[in-house]
Amino acid sequence: FMHGSSDKHSLFFNSATTPPDSDPSQRRRVHSMLKHYYGLNEEGKVTEQAESLDPCDINGPHFDPEVYLNKLRMECSLGELMDHESCMVKQIRSLDSDMQTLVYENYNKFISATDTIRKMKNDFKKMEDEMDCLSANMAAITEFSAHISGTLQDQHAQITKLSGVHTLLRKLQFLFELPARLNKCLELQAYAQAVSAHRRARCVLQQYSHMPSFRGIQDDCHVIMEQLAQQLRQKFRDGGSSAKDLSECVELLLQLDEPAEELCDKFLSHAQSRFEADLQGLEAELKDSPVTDTDILEFIDRGCNEFVSSLCLVIASYQELFINQMANGKLHVFVDTLAARYFSLVERRIQEEKGVSDNSLLVRALDRFHRRLQAISKLLPGSAVPSQGTEIVVRAARERIKQYLSALQTFYHDSLTDVRQALAAPRGATSKDATPSLPELLTSLSNFILNQLKSVLASVHLFTAKDITFSNKPYFKGEFCSQGVREGLVVSFIKFICQSSRQYCESAGDRGGSTPPALLLLLSRLCLDYETSTISYILTLTDEQFLVQHHTPVTPVTALCAEAREAAQKLLNHYVKVQGLIISQMLRKSVETRDWVNTIEPRNVRAVMKRVVEDTTSIDVQVGLLYEEGVRKAHSSDSSKRTFSVYSSSRQQIRYAPSYTPSAPMDTNLLSNIHKLFSERIDIFSPVEFNKVSVLTGIIKISLKTFLECVRLRTFGRYGLQQIQVDCHYLQMYLWRFVSDENLVHFLLDEIVGSAAHRCLDPSPMEQSVIEVICERG
Amino acid sequence: MKMEDDAPVIYGLEFQARALTAQTAETDAIRFLVGTQSLKFDNQIHIIDFDDENNMINKSVLLHDAGEIWHISGSPADKAVLTTCYSKTSESRVLTCAAVWRMPPEWESGNHESPDDSSNNPQTLELLCHLDNTAHGSVACVLWEPMGDGKRLISLAENHVLLWDLQESSTKAKISSTATLEGKGQLKFTTGKWSPHHNSTQLATANDTAIRGWDLRSMSQIYCIENAHGQLVRDLDFNPNKQYYLASCGDDCKVKFWDVRHINEPVKCLEEHSHWVWSVRYNHSHDQLLLTGSSDSRVILSNMVSISSEPFGHLVDDDDLSDNEESQQEDKGKEPLQDSIIATYEEHEDSVYAVEWSVADPWLFASLSYDGRLVINRVPRALKYRILL
Repeated sequence: FMHGSSDKHSLFFNSATTPPDSDPSQRRRVHSMLKHYYGLNEEGKVTEQAESLDPCDINGPHFDPEVYLNKLRMECSLGELMDHESCMVKQIRSLDSDMQTLVYENYNKFISATDTIRKMKNDFKKMEDEMDCLSANMAAITEFSAHISGTLQDQHAQITKLSGVHTLLRKLQFLFELPARLNKCLELQAYAQAVSAHRRARCVLQQYSHMPSFRGIQDDCHVIMEQLAQQLRQKFRDGGSSAKDLSECVELLLQLDEPAEELCDKFLSHAQSRFEADLQGLEAELKDSPVTDTDILEFIDRGCNEFVSSLCLVIASYQELFINQMANGKLHVFVDTLAARYFSLVERRIQEEKGVSDNSLLVRALDRFHRRLQAISKLLPGSAVPSQGTEIVVRAARERIKQYLSALQTFYHDSLTDVRQALAAPRGATSKDATPSLPELLTSLSNFILNQLKSVLASVHLFTAKDITFSNKPYFKGEFCSQGVREGLVVSFIKFICQSSRQYCESAGDRGGSTPPALLLLLSRLCLDYETSTISYILTLTDEQFLVQHHTPVTPVTALCAEAREAAQKLLNHYVKVQGLIISQMLRKSVETRDWVNTIEPRNVRAVMKRVVEDTTSIDVQVGLLYEEGVRKAHSSDSSKRTFSVYSSSRQQIRYAPSYTPSAPMDTNLLSNIHKLFSERIDIFSPVEFNKVSVLTGIIKISLKTFLECVRLRTFGRYGLQQIQVDCHYLQMYLWRFVSDENLVHFLLDEIVGSAAHRCLDPSPMEQSVIEVICERG
Repeated sequence: MKMEDDAPVIYGLEFQARALTAQTAETDAIRFLVGTQSLKFDNQIHIIDFDDENNMINKSVLLHDAGEIWHISGSPADKAVLTTCYSKTSESRVLTCAAVWRMPPEWESGNHESPDDSSNNPQTLELLCHLDNTAHGSVACVLWEPMGDGKRLISLAENHVLLWDLQESSTKAKISSTATLEGKGQLKFTTGKWSPHHNSTQLATANDTAIRGWDLRSMSQIYCIENAHGQLVRDLDFNPNKQYYLASCGDDCKVKFWDVRHINEPVKCLEEHSHWVWSVRYNHSHDQLLLTGSSDSRVILSNMVSISSEPFGHLVDDDDLSDNEESQQEDKGKEPLQDSIIATYEEHEDSVYAVEWSVADPWLFASLSYDGRLVINRVPRALKYRILL
């Protein structure tokens, strides 16, 4: 097995059997192997890398035939060895044939290259001869040319001179003709030609002005040009000329070295006069027709169409004419002053817009106003005018919110006046259906206010509508919604309600006077409703409608609710006070004006007591209309009137008996004192809870305490005391049902009778049974 | 610790009582006079001496058998002389009369010998003279000329102001001038106060809801605060140091402070009581301290710094001027004192109709409730030191 040493030979044998282009992949593989053999990698560079150190890799550089053979012998069976051998023989053959093909190819190429080189050698020889001939000819031509130019030299100079004179003469002719030409141009009003002609001649004339003839021409031209400038200025000054004419004029004048600054000023002052007219028109409108004739939209329209659009035109044409910095500055000043006047007019007009009925008109007007100003910002990028316009819109919106707030406040006051009138309306038996009841009044008042607030919110919402140009300004996105609408309008209004409610408690005086108690009660319920639901409803509504994002801290709902609750509490307390005082006043008068020493034996309950019970009942009904019942302590007896009277009689016997027997001075008040020791202190004018029982308890407390204090200031005769007994019993029969704790009534009435007994010259009490008979008689 | 305040001292009378006064001419002992109200028994005047050292009360009782006492007032010059307004029933007609009395000279000695027996065998007041009012109707109160010589009195009877001169060592009273309040309805003075300012030529009276000022020289009205209170005006007191300042209280549960030069609006208004306020008293020395008693059974001590005659927080003393800067810094650190309620005293269980400061000790006061309970209290020490230092 000799393959290890003879594999390169066998490559050649192989080439005959396998055609070189039979299989491209095979060929490539062979190429790469060859390359590899010569130490070339894919890119044709020599690589040092040792691909495989394995001596058994037959394609590797470190192939060791001995090792490989041994390995095969050791690892393979005989069959495998046989296969391996035949495979290897096949491979070797193929390699050999490849090698052979390559050698043939290279050989042919060598032969053809040798042929080509030989042919080239012959051609070069011929070319060298022709080149020599060419260079000789060229030398001869050069010589001839030099000769000819030498002979023509003189004539050429003369021709040049003549042509120069000719040009000069033409120029001179132009100059001499210039005045006439200019005149003609002037006649034809071809100003542009005239100016360009003059410009061409100007330098020359200037240069040769020391020569009299030229000087004459120059002077003539001057005069004419002066005239021309005069005409141009005249034209410029005349109002009628169009913007295009005007700009042409300015251009020409600029070319005539008119000072640009002066022109700017003239241009602007010319424009100014036209704006003046516009502004005066607007102002006149403002003066003559107070709101009624033209609405704000028309006014703004007129302002936009006349003033703003012509301002834009002027800006545009001005910018075309004058480009430098100075001019720009002038324009800014010009625009700013005019815009300021325009703005002041617009603002005056906006201020006249006081009616809050239709906000859409104002919003549309402002929108138009704002939209049209955007044109200026495009024309005049650095101008402050558009932002000032936005400021005006913002101010108008702010002002609008204020107006709405005051409108809401007025509305609220008006509604209250209506309620007041409804309350004051006589409540005859026949007209019971006609006058609305308290709950109806409350609902309608509450609905009125809510609807009004909603409609105001809807109106204000127009400011933030999507199609309004200024609605995407940061103010309208943020501050307007949160500080303006939420705080300035909604929160302020709620606060106003609370505050004005509180004022009813303060200003009304203590005699109850101006504010009807029913109104106090109604307002208290209104505030309480606000606390429980309305406030959060309104604020949620606002937040949803305006998508308020609170960048600045806003009043939290809880604070408002607390305020409303406080107001409700104050109103209810005041209501209790007022009603208590009305009853107190009756009781006080009844005690103070009577001669208790010389009174007759009681036969009836005094009318004033019946009145007190009646009034208390009607207050009970009134409060019951708006407030829930509330809790009372469990009654110690059956709550019916009959059984109570029995109960109370037995109870009173026990209670009053000691007071009437003046055995020892220390004993007189003993029971009452013991009672006081164990009972809690009664605060008379104390805050009440939001329910009927608590309110009534408060009123009755105030009334009975007054009764007590008044009794203590009088001296009673025997029948005086008995009358007080009768009166108190009567009160006890009817008042217990109104209060949370009937013991309170018992206690206070006991105190009254006790005090009367004390202040009695002849304390002999009436029989309890007699008292009951009198009371039941009515 | 040292600021701990003494507990109130309580004294119980056997009778109901409304009339309380400090003994005006007594400047050494802390002494109050209480008049009782009883229609069945002889009425008494209790002389309450407070022993500050031992925190104890010594009482003496004098009989006042003329009738139940509605008002009591001590002479500013003679500590043994006092006036009472008492009701007298005759021919089933009740009339409130006024009289000048002298305490028997032995009361003090008698008391100390046998304090327990004094009530059993009390001595009787010596009548000096009646302030005869049969022509004018019931007397609401009698006022001594403040800091006067104990010879001039005013009584308010129904709608009359009567100015009396006491003659022949107070045994004879003569009307020197009168004024009458005219108007619709039945007008009636409820109370009054003789101003200590302006040479004692001014008087303030209350009727219904109005407060009126009178010039005693011409006996004519000088100002009138209509509707000073929503309800009846119950009591008045002049600021002892600010001549135009007046406190009033009434059935609207309020205490109001007036500058009588600007009567449209009160200077200040307190609403702390939960029922009618019956009595208001300025402290005699420190007019920021104000005492009120009410039928809600409470006594309230207020510190009305903002309208007092004393400057805020006691500023620089003369000898402090050198280290002015330091003291100024101190002042800045100190908050200006706010008007505040110092304390609410709840020892009473019935309506409190009278409160009085002691004449001898400006830090001590008494209050009297209808059930006959007299309570003596002190201004809290902390406040006392703050005012003094």
